[in-house]
Amino acid sequence: MSLVFAGVCSHAPGITGRAGRADPAHRDEFYAAFHRMRDALDTARPDAVMVVAAEHFANFFMNNMPAYAIGMGESYDGPIEDEGWLAIPKRVVRGDPDLSQRLISGVMQTVDTAYAEEWKFDHGIMVPLHFLDPENRYRVIPANINCQGPPLTPLHRAWAFGEAIRHAADALPERIALICTGGISHWPCTPDSGTVNEAWDRDFLDRWARNDRAAMTDYTDHETYADAGQGGFEIRTFIACAAAARGKGAIWHYRPIPIFAVGCTIGVMEIE
Amino acid sequence: MSLYALSKLMFRLNREPELQVRFRSDPASVASEFTLTAEERGAVLDHDIGLLYVLGVNGQLLMHFAPLVGIEWSDYLQRMRDGIKRHGPVRAGIYAMTTSPDGKVAG
Repeated sequence: MSLVFAGVCSHAPGITGRAGRADPAHRDEFYAAFHRMRDALDTARPDAVMVVAAEHFANFFMNNMPAYAIGMGESYDGPIEDEGWLAIPKRVVRGDPDLSQRLISGVMQTVDTAYAEEWKFDHGIMVPLHFLDPENRYRVIPANINCQGPPLTPLHRAWAFGEAIRHAADALPERIALICTGGISHWPCTPDSGTVNEAWDRDFLDRWARNDRAAMTDYTDHETYADAGQGGFEIRTFIACAAAARGKGAIWHYRPIPIFAVGCTIGVMEIE
Repeated sequence: MSLYALSKLMFRLNREPELQVRFRSDPASVASEFTLTAEERGAVLDHDIGLLYVLGVNGQLLMHFAPLVGIEWSDYLQRMRDGIKRHGPVRAGIYAMTTSPDGKVAG
């Protein structure tokens, strides 16, 4: 089989942790888009869900930071965050080491990814799973692109990582769904938290929806930092999604919700 | 400056429940296991979010230290603004503030 679903979503911890402080109408509209994505994911009947995230020092640190990593664990615990702070109950997520190993081997044909049999999920994966897999029934394969800080993998390599995932998935009998999760412009965890460059976001999402590789990878990190903050480095996850799906994207939801500290985004992409 | 060691302490506190328990009962002992300057050690033991922010601790680590020591979100943001006023701009890293210390975006 192959890739049966591809989409992008936000994962900011405020989405759940500060739910009560957002405009209820805006929050509910965003949640509804997440639920629509959940229904689309279920309809695709995946055997496993690969979540390409931009984790935030939950596992990977400056003592040994991989540009790319894929999980190969039996199971994964999360979230690591304080339960009251994130407002997501702890769970044990099922992995699939055998499938992971075959997927990783495929990716390694072109991209030297790290792998990890131990992996704790932070909000970067748990917020998406909270909405997309509320019953905790999917087998999950986590992947990480270092978006935390320089030296960062170049955007064209994030594209190559997405391509490698697609090639690997195409060679597997299982039905694989791909969820790529990141912020667009945002300045998380700083006093600027809540700032969003909406024009920059909409321009990037337009490039993403057209699946315009050249336009999507036409940013220097210096430009991204200036225009989209350190959170903007997470566009790598969107780029990987586009490379894997190859089709056109549809933005099902986009609206900055300042107390969530991000332009809240749900998008799906046709698989070609 | 030993920002790496300070960050490593935050990283481990973030993901190791046993270390969180020890930090609550004997924070000075935990801090002594990391090679910190007197300023860094003081900031950790005083839960001085503002100084930790100015020293350059990555926000994705500092953000979790706050609830660990009982500091809620809006207070966390304000303490960073106050830290800038008291100690000057962020000295290292990529989590510098781009707005005014007297401004408030959200929260």
